[in-house]
Amino acid sequence: MHQTWILTKRELRAYFDGPAAYVVLCVFLAITGWFFSNALFLQNVASLRSVFSIAPFIFLFFMPALTMSSFAEERRAGTLELLLTLPVRDWQVILGKLLSVALLLLLAIVLTFVYAVTLALLGDLDLGGTVGGYLGLFLLGITYGAIGIWASSLTRNQIVAFILGFAIIFLLFLLDKITDFVPGQLGVIMQYLGADYHFQNLMRGVIDTRDILYYVSLTGFAFLLTTYTLAKRPE
Amino acid sequence: MIEVQNLSKSYGPVEAVRSISFRVDQGEVVGFLGPNGAGKSTTMKVMTGYLPPNEGTVLVDGMDIRKEALPVRERIGYLPESTPLYADMITYDYLEFVAAMRGIPAEDRPARIRAMTNACGLHDVLAKRVDALSKGYRQRVGLAQAMIHNPPILILDEPTSGLDPNQIVEIRELIREIGRERTVVLSTHILSEVQASCDRVIIIDNGVLVADGTPEELRSSLSGGEQVSITLLDNEEEVASVLGSWDPAEVVEHGMDDNGETYFRLNSSSDIRADLFRLAVSHNWTLTGLHREGKNLEDVFRQLTSG
Repeated sequence: MHQTWILTKRELRAYFDGPAAYVVLCVFLAITGWFFSNALFLQNVASLRSVFSIAPFIFLFFMPALTMSSFAEERRAGTLELLLTLPVRDWQVILGKLLSVALLLLLAIVLTFVYAVTLALLGDLDLGGTVGGYLGLFLLGITYGAIGIWASSLTRNQIVAFILGFAIIFLLFLLDKITDFVPGQLGVIMQYLGADYHFQNLMRGVIDTRDILYYVSLTGFAFLLTTYTLAKRPE
Repeated sequence: MIEVQNLSKSYGPVEAVRSISFRVDQGEVVGFLGPNGAGKSTTMKVMTGYLPPNEGTVLVDGMDIRKEALPVRERIGYLPESTPLYADMITYDYLEFVAAMRGIPAEDRPARIRAMTNACGLHDVLAKRVDALSKGYRQRVGLAQAMIHNPPILILDEPTSGLDPNQIVEIRELIREIGRERTVVLSTHILSEVQASCDRVIIIDNGVLVADGTPEELRSSLSGGEQVSITLLDNEEEVASVLGSWDPAEVVEHGMDDNGETYFRLNSSSDIRADLFRLAVSHNWTLTGLHREGKNLEDVFRQLTSG
């Protein structure tokens, strides 16, 4: 566990030593801030709903972008060989990378607490919806991150990793939105598999273990796939 | 001690290494030779536990690299081919990171990094970013990270490739220094390097082990006897007629060299230089050159790995 944390710190430093983390945080805050203030001042809606509605779209691009380098770059530069001959297990390496993405995500989310505090000061804040929405955002982001990391382990080209990660995440994002085109039973399954569907549930303030379990198991599945890919030691 | 047992490794249909077995004893410096693509790097990748073997295994101090992967990795310092490093890190931070991953306690790390800085001559680059370093310094940083946890075994894949002649000498000296107290396996295709720094040579070709012994043993195992060449100021025909009927040696080649001197190349089963000198004296020849063509590792290498 100790080594996992050392890896996480290295990854975080790599994010913050370069422009990546700042660009992601600034753009994320700018977009959500614009949607938040737009709803507050122009439409007189004191709600975080607008923020929660736009954030999944942002994650759709940002999470694959944040994770595209995680293994692809290590493979290209050959550092994967150094990393995987250190006395650590493969899963510790993957966990270290996932944790660093999770922490960056958490920071982005925590920074948007400004919106929630503003609302709480102005009047009534829907506490259930806010907590559920934030929890949903975090789970959704982690899931996308885990998928992005897997996509990154499949190739040594970061662009390919990004497109691949984006394609998988976009498919998950779309699933519950295209149920009209498929027969009933299949529609139900697709709805359950859709990433956004569970987020909508949480955003309503209903914190259901099924929704949490969905994200946790999908993250776990992507993690397992990454372990499997790395075990084959791709060149 | 490392024991490689019937190791085979293929990439898909391509067999990179076929049933290789050898052992490296404690404190030995072993040179791993072979043409490009012979399977040197693959063997090393399996030895360090990076690649799983298809068949066979590697034992490090009696421990199987697959079953006891982590204790084995703790004992090994590894410099992969072309020295991959995190380009976006400061040299010091990079060494600190490796030291931490190697489980060196935080309070001991500065001392270890200082020791490596001295051993590898990194004083000038500790504060620089890795991607700003020259090839020679990258190589030294690579060696430093491989040795930071003071491993009893070092596996170095082409530690001197891409270096200029001065750097090669420096790195070679460094390796010799390291090799005094450690087991070192280094791969190379530079033969003089093996002669300069290795106790033993293992040659592989096409994924198969073709030779294993000290440089001396390999030289003497080379087929064919001694070869001596002489140059003289005398008439070629006259000397040729004498040497042609001289028993101890057989004339392989003779002619006139660029300096206008007559030269002869002789083959024999033993060292004939003394006899040859006396022969020249007895015929009143003016001998200007006499030397034994030393068989070197290059000949061994060519004979074993060509065709």
